[in-house]
Amino acid sequence: MTSKKLTVALILGVVLVAFAFGVYNYQRRVQNAQMEKVTQQQARLVRMHSPVFGPQGAPVTIVEFFDPACETCRAFYPMVKDLLAQYPNDVRLVIRYAPFHQGSDQVVKLLEAAKRQNKYAPVLEAVLAAQPQWADHGQPNVGLAFKVAEQAGLDLEKAMADVQKPEVDAVLKQDVEDLTALEVTKTPTFFVNGRGLPTFGREQLTALVAEEVAKAKK
Amino acid sequence: MKSAWKLLLTAWLVAVIATAGALFIGEVMLMVPCQLCWYQRICMFPLVFILGMACWSDDRRGAVYALPLALGGAAIAGYHTLLVAGLIPKAWIPCSAGVSCADQKLEILNGIPIPWLSLAAFVAIAVLLTIFLRKTSR
Repeated sequence: MTSKKLTVALILGVVLVAFAFGVYNYQRRVQNAQMEKVTQQQARLVRMHSPVFGPQGAPVTIVEFFDPACETCRAFYPMVKDLLAQYPNDVRLVIRYAPFHQGSDQVVKLLEAAKRQNKYAPVLEAVLAAQPQWADHGQPNVGLAFKVAEQAGLDLEKAMADVQKPEVDAVLKQDVEDLTALEVTKTPTFFVNGRGLPTFGREQLTALVAEEVAKAKK
Repeated sequence: MKSAWKLLLTAWLVAVIATAGALFIGEVMLMVPCQLCWYQRICMFPLVFILGMACWSDDRRGAVYALPLALGGAAIAGYHTLLVAGLIPKAWIPCSAGVSCADQKLEILNGIPIPWLSLAAFVAIAVLLTIFLRKTSR
């Protein structure tokens, strides 16, 4: 290899390493800043109105910032359910809403209406199952989500009345206020006993939950 | 000959740093590129490969092919810079939907506007390539 080729290769290598180093540092800084916010404002993680899956008094709490129109949230749902099944006495899931997509706010209100009829889980599952049909990001078909919810056993007339209620709107507003304060910008965002995932992924969530359960059992 | 090659190498280095910076801002800092930024990226990213190959195989023609990209990029970056500076009425902005090219937070580090950096990079590459071509012409 001539010295010219060596120079080009060397520069390329240096730039790549510098880039990777920059990515690592930047992401760590962003995450530390968020963790600091979360630690300072623990109250924002779980609210009285937040839907809970699993035992109320569980020592480990997974908080999920969730958007019903988000594909990754849909993909993670069965996996989070598996985690709850795996630790039936130790883990609970708290759902917080992050309506980042167009039309999501309406579907969140639908879920809240379902909660009032004790149909939360079946309606959530039906809405997620039908997500590819109703949640086109350009043109969401919220009416279809309501129809699917009715098929899952929701009293639609009652739900339509509940959706209009200011209390339901207040739930949504509070969740948006909390996610803004905690700098949650993506869904799903998970916090396990207040700790964020080191990097996003299934294994990371499973590992963090396992770690917190082990800690709680000591 | 060796000093002329260094000009080519420097031009390539500018393109590499500009590309890495644009990717960092877009993919890591998650700033969404506006339409004008995309056009500048279209001109900048290929320079990494064209000039990289030109340096690697010490081929003068690489500079010939890279120069139009550098000039085109400089033109778009110049327009963008004027737009951000408020010297061109906003009614001319071609990007009505999506991210605004004029109103977006386009500053980085200590408040240096990104379009300025882009303009500086394109102009630097164009000047370096021009000198290189002059020096190597027979």
